[in-house]
Amino acid sequence: MTDQTLAQASDIAVWATMVVLTLAMLAFAGHLAVTGTRARDRSAAAPAQAGSMTSAGSADEAGSGSVAVLAPETPEPSAPNRRWGVIGLQLTWLATFGLIAGVALRGLSVGRAPLGNMYEFAIVAVMFTLIVYSAWSLRQDRLWLGLFITLPATLILAAAKLSWYTEASQLMPSLNSIWLVIHVTVATLSVALFTIGCALALLYLAKDRAETKGEVPHWLAALPSAPSLERITYGLHIVAFPLWTFTLIAGAIWAEQAWGRYWGWDPKEVWTFVIWVVYAAYLHARATSGWTARKATWLAVAGFGCIIINYAVVNIFFVGWHSYSGV
Amino acid sequence: MTDTRKAPPQTSAQIRQPRLGLVGWLRWMWRQLTSMRTALMLLMLLAVAAVPGSIWPQRSVDPVRVTEYLRENPTTGEWLDRFGFFDVYSSPWFAAIYLLLMISLVGCIVPRAGQHWRTLRAQPPRAPRNLHRLEAHTRTRVDAPPEAVLEAARRVLGRRRLRIRAAEEGRELEIAAEGGYLRETGNLVFHISLLAVIVSVAVGHLWGWRGEIIVPEGETFTSQAARFDTLEAGPWVDENSIQPFSLRLDRLDVEFETQAGGAQFGAPRLFEGQFTTTDAPGAPEQRQVLGVNNPLHFGSTSVFLLGNGYAPVVTVTDSDGRSLGTFTAPFLPQDDTYTSTGAIKVPAADPQLGFYGAFLPTFGGFDEAAGPISTFPDLMDPRLALGVYEGTLFPGGRPQSVYTLDTAQMEQVTTTDGDVSRILLAPGETIELPGGRGTVSFDGVVRWGGLVVRHDPGRVPVLISSIVLLGGLIAMLTVKRRRVFVRVTDQGQATTDQGEATTDQGEGTADPGERHTGLTVAGLAKGSDPQLQDYLDALAEEITAAARTKDDA
Repeated sequence: MTDQTLAQASDIAVWATMVVLTLAMLAFAGHLAVTGTRARDRSAAAPAQAGSMTSAGSADEAGSGSVAVLAPETPEPSAPNRRWGVIGLQLTWLATFGLIAGVALRGLSVGRAPLGNMYEFAIVAVMFTLIVYSAWSLRQDRLWLGLFITLPATLILAAAKLSWYTEASQLMPSLNSIWLVIHVTVATLSVALFTIGCALALLYLAKDRAETKGEVPHWLAALPSAPSLERITYGLHIVAFPLWTFTLIAGAIWAEQAWGRYWGWDPKEVWTFVIWVVYAAYLHARATSGWTARKATWLAVAGFGCIIINYAVVNIFFVGWHSYSGV
Repeated sequence: MTDTRKAPPQTSAQIRQPRLGLVGWLRWMWRQLTSMRTALMLLMLLAVAAVPGSIWPQRSVDPVRVTEYLRENPTTGEWLDRFGFFDVYSSPWFAAIYLLLMISLVGCIVPRAGQHWRTLRAQPPRAPRNLHRLEAHTRTRVDAPPEAVLEAARRVLGRRRLRIRAAEEGRELEIAAEGGYLRETGNLVFHISLLAVIVSVAVGHLWGWRGEIIVPEGETFTSQAARFDTLEAGPWVDENSIQPFSLRLDRLDVEFETQAGGAQFGAPRLFEGQFTTTDAPGAPEQRQVLGVNNPLHFGSTSVFLLGNGYAPVVTVTDSDGRSLGTFTAPFLPQDDTYTSTGAIKVPAADPQLGFYGAFLPTFGGFDEAAGPISTFPDLMDPRLALGVYEGTLFPGGRPQSVYTLDTAQMEQVTTTDGDVSRILLAPGETIELPGGRGTVSFDGVVRWGGLVVRHDPGRVPVLISSIVLLGGLIAMLTVKRRRVFVRVTDQGQATTDQGEATTDQGEGTADPGERHTGLTVAGLAKGSDPQLQDYLDALAEEITAAARTKDDA
């Protein structure tokens, strides 16, 4: 049933992905150092232009009220500036393909969707994070974000390899359902989006704080302006939230089929609900007068904290129907 | 009152606020409750309040673990129990939060729905005087007469499904339009469906029931309130209305992992029951397969396969060799290797006999602390290990669990040398009980299926409202509510240049006969809308293109 050669190949692909991701991380760090210093030098030279020049991400700000024809790349200083970032991005694409291969091999080795245990869940979530980032970077300049994607991706992969690794095997019967693919795929996809969203939220909070204090460190200077970061954060969450809602509904449908009730306040269900409520609060807070964007964004960070608890704590320490598959 | 306090009353008399009165206070409270701030606070409280239910065991989920917890932590347990921490989701404080949230939601939805209804029937507002003061706007010049540009703009806006304000006298050179009403509709639909979900859950709770039953292979179960092992029924359930279907478990197929090592070894891989069912007494029999994730349906009642285990078949005879009965006694698995415990009660014996002990599907010897253990969940080398009791099986005629023995009025049977009698049997073996009490034969073992029978009238409404909810959510988050204003200025025969309003285009002066039109497209969005400027630019381009093609034609 289980092809061990393919399973080993999958393991090698995941290890290789981690190596490439680490290299990408270094390249992206170099990119931030270079562009950050440039941005600071420029803003020192011409403070008025600083906002529109730091990166293309803030172009929409500068463009308001004019016939905005801003090219995504800033033409003149770009070439030497972006070299490290582009290398980082290419390495990230390589890592993305590596991880897709790792996940596919894992799936082939057991002849089912590789979504049956915590290890598989983690590598699929990282895969989606990398795919979303890579696809996004094709359409818009997101080099400044690279470090903050590859860093958590590497950490999660390492945690998955070290503490959650499970031998490739068949599923227990309760997981053997088409809803496993539907529910868990969308869950991992939304977790991936929330991961990127949380990275952006933290970056916004850091940048906003620095801008308020008036001392923007090098690495933050390479990022778009705080309001622009805040908008991107929100934009990502309004995609992730309906997906999480779908995860919840699909999970309830499956629970109804497998366990005879669509909702039973199992610890995992409780935390899925808590996450949903916290992110709903974030979306509401953003629309509430009297709540600053900064306070609202903290809610988004809290939501991601709940996702981590739901994954790392609930699965292992709380007894419930979702305790499955030998971790 | 001292002198120093005289001054403040004077000042406060000058700025005395109007008295609110009872109605005023009620209105104030209603405003507070239905405000977004309060709703937000309640929402966060709801998240926090739901957490304890995942930390402490819940009676609704696993009552046995609650009892265990209370036994192990008598002091903290009692206080936790007093504040409802073992029944979080039916506790008054949890209910208070979600009921307030629901009221707040209704108080928010009703006025907003009214307002949205009026907006839907009203015209889009007029264009403001100075369009270039709007944050997002774009200006260009079109080589076409103003009427053609206006006509083109109308067509483009119509194609984009924006609603256009009816033309007015004195405002012939402008268009006001609005689109994206679906955003607010989606918002309302989302919140109304949220209420519908809650109401449907309540319906399921009030009229729904859930019964549990263990059926060994070869036995038939007929659905009746009294026949279930446990039956949890909602307060408004008529127990006579339970559909009297019946089912017989012909065979239960179970498989366990034998290939993989580690934690996966012995993990379940297949549960599937072959059933013969009838919808009602006397109805034709049907053969059906019931598996995990594959429930059976009888009308609006569904049957789920949730558990499985072993039922040893045991025959007991008296000293004369007369049979006291053959018992198929389901034993309950206690761990992943199916070390199962259970009881066999022989009321026909005199004095009454009771056996209590363990069934081991794969016997792995005796553990000092735990007694006999099983090493694999499947039937590789089954044994039945029993202790023998004698006395009164049912003291006081009280109902008791079939899986345990009430030994209050029973004594353990001893052998002639004074040791406690213990029986260890493999299938097919027979053993004599000490003191000429007869024999016990372990005839064999069958599997049993743990069935859950569920009737939930709220199920389908919950599903439908959830799907509508998701649709509303997607609409409210993706659709942009935008107002678009278009104004044209006649710039005549291309000889005059209206300076700031136009960009200089050399081609415009090439053909003096051509008329030129200044086109301004401006927009307003509800909420943040980073793409508004791009949208307006695209509109201006489309209008320009449409006006030109029309002109050429």
